[in-house]
Amino acid sequence: MAKTDKNTAPAGNGLKAKLMGMTDTNLLLTITIVVFFLLYIGAMIFLGSGFLKPQTFFNILNANAALIILASGMSLVMITGGIDISVGGVTALVSMCCAVYLDYKGGNVFVAVIIALAIGLAFGAFQGFLVAYLDIQPFIVTLAGMFFARGMTTIVNTSPFNVENEAFVALKNTRVTVPGMGSVNKLGKYVNAYVEIGVIVALLVVIVMFVMLRWAKMGRNFYAVGGNKQSALMLGINVKRTKFLSHLICGLLAGIGGFVYFLHVGSGSPSHATGAEMDAIASSIIGGTMLTGGVGNVAGTFFGVLSLSTIQNIVSSVGFDEAWWTGITKAVMLCLFLVVQSVVMSARKKRNAAN
Amino acid sequence: MANNETAKTNSLMKLVRNQCFIPVAALLLLAVFNLIADPSFFKITLGYNSAGNPVLSGFIIDILNNGSELAILAIGMTLVTAASGGQDISVGAAIAIAGSVVLRVLCGRNARPETLQAPIIVAFLVACVVAMLFGAFNGVLVAYFKIQPMIATLILYTAGRSIAAWINNNELPVISDPSFAYFGNFIPGIPVPTPVFIAIICMVIIGIVLKVTNLRLYTQAVGINQSSSRLNGLNPEMIKVMAFVILGLCVAVVGLIKVSRISSINYSVIAKDIEMDAILAVALGGNALSGGKFNMAASIIGAYVIQCLTTTLYKFGVSSTALPAYKAVVVILLVIVSAPTVREWFSTFTKKMKLSKEVA
Repeated sequence: MAKTDKNTAPAGNGLKAKLMGMTDTNLLLTITIVVFFLLYIGAMIFLGSGFLKPQTFFNILNANAALIILASGMSLVMITGGIDISVGGVTALVSMCCAVYLDYKGGNVFVAVIIALAIGLAFGAFQGFLVAYLDIQPFIVTLAGMFFARGMTTIVNTSPFNVENEAFVALKNTRVTVPGMGSVNKLGKYVNAYVEIGVIVALLVVIVMFVMLRWAKMGRNFYAVGGNKQSALMLGINVKRTKFLSHLICGLLAGIGGFVYFLHVGSGSPSHATGAEMDAIASSIIGGTMLTGGVGNVAGTFFGVLSLSTIQNIVSSVGFDEAWWTGITKAVMLCLFLVVQSVVMSARKKRNAAN
Repeated sequence: MANNETAKTNSLMKLVRNQCFIPVAALLLLAVFNLIADPSFFKITLGYNSAGNPVLSGFIIDILNNGSELAILAIGMTLVTAASGGQDISVGAAIAIAGSVVLRVLCGRNARPETLQAPIIVAFLVACVVAMLFGAFNGVLVAYFKIQPMIATLILYTAGRSIAAWINNNELPVISDPSFAYFGNFIPGIPVPTPVFIAIICMVIIGIVLKVTNLRLYTQAVGINQSSSRLNGLNPEMIKVMAFVILGLCVAVVGLIKVSRISSINYSVIAKDIEMDAILAVALGGNALSGGKFNMAASIIGAYVIQCLTTTLYKFGVSSTALPAYKAVVVILLVIVSAPTVREWFSTFTKKMKLSKEVA
């Protein structure tokens, strides 16, 4: 969170100058973080009760750990200028395969993790190869990937079922206590705040991706390729390999995300993670990643996921709990962000051109 | 003799280079496959439905019938792809909205009326206006706010089905008037399904429009190079919005057919994944998904190829949920074959073969 303070700090004198001096990535990141805190603090003040408990925040994390991982991979591909809409399908396939393996074969959890990673890597490698080396549109390739994964899920097993493997259920119910964040419940008992294991994994993924994208040579290559393919090529960057890597990593993260999702729901079903790819794209965009490539940040994506689910929580706690409001709110939020981004970016472009 | 042969290969190359080649070849391949696997695929029988009206039935009729929606959508999607260099992924959700509007107007306040509360044509026109407005919304986001089409339409994709449910208060209106079902099924006395005629009408209209007006030229100009089309006196933003509005019109027609088929609506299932099929139709037609030149006929043939594939798979007992996996394999094979890089490899490979033959 220290990162947050650094970015929102420049208030007061020269705020405008500082904002203008920021890179596109940092500006959009700042907007996202500010919006998230405004939303959450607003909810705390006006809605009180639920939002004042730290556990509400941790529940948002628990429910969205998988989405955070998926969206991180999506951001990486989008930074490189591509898109991967197969992540939702891969998530469903991974949870179904792991569920079948654990339940019918009574296998151990460790092998299930390896299955998950292997499925993710296989999708990433194949799609990456088609996109990078055969020059096929990423949209079409990953669309086919999504179809394939969804279809395979029902071929593996048509009906949804719960997993009762003991080791898995134990892992699923493992709760990591967050010290000092507990609250007193209605019976007057002190309850510790907790997060699930998936959240730890998600945070690790975000940190690793953030460090990689900001400081590693490989990470900078992704921005270069997404920003301008021609100049990246002239700088001696292996554009094809970079594109391939972005899809490979996205696939791997889809595998990890799939397992985390599976760990959260504890069942396999063909209808799992329906529309997760669109949620991941929406979170990335709200987090300041641009589909045109070259701009984006995984930290922003993290806050994008949180903003998206916070606003859903707010809408349902205000009383609009009919199913359709969720879709409409998400869309309105996405629309607002897109328009704001578009206006801000074009204003900056004009100013830069004038200078 | 040698001259004759080169002329032959030249004309063959021309044929292969033609944009319609891939979709037509795919269609022929599917037809031959079906012919070998089970010739009854091509059988068309004239029977009578429960109302005693003559109806044609058979797999070919199924393809023509169920492919109509996809073909109509492919028209609009081709224009949007050509003008904006992106795809509209909200058409499925927009069809839900259009269908919901049609039912809302026809039903009035009561969800299950005995008689229609408004003429069908009025309901259709209202749906057209609504769908075109949503199309314009997408178009404005793309053209004036310079948002990538796929992302801009993601908004309506997320909200569309919710809006559709909201229009009818999440009720399930059912229309009992038999005349409403004509649009999606059969008109008494005519054995060919009505959607086929609607699709043909749409194709004829777009054919005339492309012939008579400058729509094709302008759309391609904007898609190929927006700034130079502006320098030539075009208004690229307007043309992009227009493409989306035309797609909106197609969506309204499809919405009418879809709700007419079952005289009701299921908000979460109606036209599900049709956007993906429509985009695939455009891609199969050999149109660059990054915009520019387009071939309308190829897109429409592409739509029927996809429908043909779907019907073939159904015939072989593939369940509707497992269908996407097989479709994906075929799509991947098709895009690999038609990828420029692969074609280049292939042509250099054949050249090498020829050279080695000559040397030998």
